Amino acid sequence: MKLREIRDILTAEVITGDADLEKEIKYGFAADLLSDVLALARGSGAQTLLITGIIHPQVIYAGNIFDLGAIIFVRGKRPTEATLQLAIENQIPLLVAPYIMFETCGRLYQHGLSPSIAKVKNG
Amino acid sequence: MAEAEENIRFHEMFHIEGGNFMSAGAISSRVKNILKKAGFPGQIIRRTSIAAFEAEMNVICYANQGNLSLFIAPNFLKVVVKDEGIGIPDVNLAMREGYSTATEKIRELGFGAGMGLSNIKKNTDEMILTSESGQGTHLEFVIYLDNQKKE
Repeated sequence: MKLREIRDILTAEVITGDADLEKEIKYGFAADLLSDVLALARGSGAQTLLITGIIHPQVIYAGNIFDLGAIIFVRGKRPTEATLQLAIENQIPLLVAPYIMFETCGRLYQHGLSPSIAKVKNG
Repeated sequence: MAEAEENIRFHEMFHIEGGNFMSAGAISSRVKNILKKAGFPGQIIRRTSIAAFEAEMNVICYANQGNLSLFIAPNFLKVVVKDEGIGIPDVNLAMREGYSTATEKIRELGFGAGMGLSNIKKNTDEMILTSESGQGTHLEFVIYLDNQKKE
């Protein structure tokens, strides 16, 4: 689905001004632990959306490593100015959704967004 | 461990300041950008950057200061991270997934799940970790360019 549709499904706000809303996003990954993002994120980063409550700049650095397609902050959390600037520099679109993480994931899953990794080995 | 230092085509060293959480990830981002500019395959860039990110976080979380060196050779990439700090009393225990000595502050930032060292091992072809308690830690890892067996 397009980033525009994700915005609309979640009544989210795009906070990086000139983000490419036509960008195709196929996968989602939700975590509040960057350790988990680094250990488990897979697949095509450019088509992956990270759903998180972490608003520190580190989330952008981690996102940059995976060439993430976009990051959406849940629970209406707004990132710091430093995080926002870093996202703009690295051309990672940022969105803010009013819903809690469960609801955010549920709505996107219902609309066909796939998990970036379905199951962990030995999990 | 890949040697043949004369084959090193590129070398850059970055300083890492212990405790500077706000810039955590900045150096591995630079490593990633260097590799991207050099035109390495995506999977090689990703594996190296993830391992570098974990290593950088470890210095920030647990050491006073350190440095990360990136070496590019025709057949491999090598990263050496040396730090001065408390070190790791039991390296084998620290390698275990889920084992962590992270403080509350580290966990608040979304780190400290005890996955870092094993994630470095998972993403690299060779890894050497040595530490002297109270002195510091020395980590080296290598990713071969002609062997993409790992995910």
